Amino acid sequence: MRWGDGRRGLTLFGTTRPFRYPPLMDDPDVIILGAGLVGLTLACALDAHGLRSVLIDPAEPAAALAPGFDGRATAVASASWRMLNAIGVGAQLEGRGCPIARIEVMDGPKPGGLSFDPGRPGDPLGVMFENRDLRAALRARAETGGNIAFRQPARAATVERGAHGVRVALADGGGAELRAPLLVAAEGRNSPTREVAGLRVARWRYDHRAIVTAIGHERPHENVAYEIFYPAGPFALLPMLDGTDGRPRSAVVWSVAAKDGPALAGLPDRAFAAELEKRMGGLLGRVGPIAARSTYPLGFHHAAKITAERLALVGDAAHGIHPIAGQGLNLGFRDVAALAEVLVDGARSGLDLGDPILLDRYQRWRGLDVLSVAAATDGLTRLFGVGGRAASAVRRAGMAAIDRVPAAKGWLMAEARGESGELPTLLRGALV
Amino acid sequence: MASEADGGTIDAREAAHFGALAADWWDPRGSSAPLHQLNPPRLGWLREQIDRHWGADPRDRRPLAGRRALDVGCGAGLVAEPLARLGAAVTGVDAAPENVAAARAHAGLSGLAIDYRATDVAALDGLFDLVTCLEVIEHVPDPRFFVRALAARLGEGGLLVLSTPNRTPRSRAFLIDLAEGLGRIPRGTHDYAKFITPDELGAMLAEAGLRVVDRTGIAWSVGRGFALSDDLSLNYLLCATQG
Repeated sequence: MRWGDGRRGLTLFGTTRPFRYPPLMDDPDVIILGAGLVGLTLACALDAHGLRSVLIDPAEPAAALAPGFDGRATAVASASWRMLNAIGVGAQLEGRGCPIARIEVMDGPKPGGLSFDPGRPGDPLGVMFENRDLRAALRARAETGGNIAFRQPARAATVERGAHGVRVALADGGGAELRAPLLVAAEGRNSPTREVAGLRVARWRYDHRAIVTAIGHERPHENVAYEIFYPAGPFALLPMLDGTDGRPRSAVVWSVAAKDGPALAGLPDRAFAAELEKRMGGLLGRVGPIAARSTYPLGFHHAAKITAERLALVGDAAHGIHPIAGQGLNLGFRDVAALAEVLVDGARSGLDLGDPILLDRYQRWRGLDVLSVAAATDGLTRLFGVGGRAASAVRRAGMAAIDRVPAAKGWLMAEARGESGELPTLLRGALV
Repeated sequence: MASEADGGTIDAREAAHFGALAADWWDPRGSSAPLHQLNPPRLGWLREQIDRHWGADPRDRRPLAGRRALDVGCGAGLVAEPLARLGAAVTGVDAAPENVAAARAHAGLSGLAIDYRATDVAALDGLFDLVTCLEVIEHVPDPRFFVRALAARLGEGGLLVLSTPNRTPRSRAFLIDLAEGLGRIPRGTHDYAKFITPDELGAMLAEAGLRVVDRTGIAWSVGRGFALSDDLSLNYLLCATQG
């Protein structure tokens, strides 16, 4: 039997019966709690280097892979995209992404904006994907990985982290106990494992909500992303591949005052389209149709310490940022790239994968990057979140200034690409 | 006080005592903190030597599978355990029986089978493919004799890896004045007069019939901690083969 077999449940008469998993041939190197985008990516990155992982997630896999489009999309930074290719996920996403050739930053729909020119032909600032395509591709890649096992749906009943290893007992996995040198929490922003470990999170909330959806529109976007700043908050349009109806399509991330959120998100399609057209100032012509909408409170959370005894946090469990720059998932991808490299180096040196020296390296590598991206994104939001004509003039002057200073613009562009700091090997598109 | 090298019986009180000692050795912020910080760069370099010498695949997790390794001055097993994970059948020797007991206790809990012995390398027989001796030679009374004893344990086509502080004003300032002064290394750990330069060590190895095939420095900086470096003035690693 190959390591990782026995991952499927049995569907009989429309219900999934609990499945008794056969024992693993060997203990895994890493137990990953959470089989979302970031957890799956980590498992694939480790698999590509021969490191074994078990993914535990309480969600029904079928529910996570529901065929309908939920309106959510992600701008995968080009460094992240290089990693997805290196670990064998790229092939399944071929032809499903829309490259972002240019980002226009505008203070209201007026001229005088800042345009990020990519400057490198063939190397886009990022590629827009529907989240469901990313999920399906990662899932498909993970299921063919010989070093990946799923325990899903399954819940960790007890988790013990000690000086000599981690033990996880599953609540509904046939009484199985898993052991590994390291536990990774990829459980998202409310990570219970992080709370139990006492890793404190600094958070603040903007008094805003983000409405997220995808829209068809009349005129082609020509692969341009727009960040339009309004006193009430930023409005972002990100180019996507044409819809199934053949209409040009873009993703929308629209920040509105918290009190207006529910009413705006709940408008009938026609009225909602009219509101969007107002914000877009005729930029892409008439709007419609509109995909499913969801709203999120806008906030920022950041765990200063992302490691504890035999534990590492990745993705939203470690940090979440305002989505205006589309950096949330990319930060998670960078966590994966750094952690995978630390663990692969450690394994090849014969170190215990839970060795605090390795976890310290991961902590140092990610700490500064996360904080600088969060601070920059928050700074942008605050700069543009101030109302009034004087502030608007200052902003336009500021943007023009940034446009004229190559170093500042270079930094912002590198940030958009996800290339700041000492780059993990995977983000350069190579295996460690 | 310690159990015999043949692994006889260990009473509960001794087991607890050595467990605590192992816990301190293995605490990355405890008295062995500098050795823990040295581990990633020195093990990384050791891995490069293994790959080069035996033509191993750098991606292989068990490049020492089927090989015998001897770690001399093993302490609580900070090097012996990684060698075992890389696939070697490892023997660890240390002059201090309490270190060996601590090493045994830790390896057991880590699920690693390592043959630890409280003995002198000169009293050992058997031949090994790989002999390591890291941060030890600066503590022995007669390094020339010690190097010959190490060389005698090396089997045909074997590899010897040594590391030790250099004897320079820099190493004295850093390892004795600064590190011991600040309590980062226990006081009295090092005796400057016993430090050996790379050339002196190379000459001792040549006398024992070995040839130095590679060497590297380990430097320290505030930002990066310990890292491999071309600068040999603080601490260095050296790799030797027969002939």
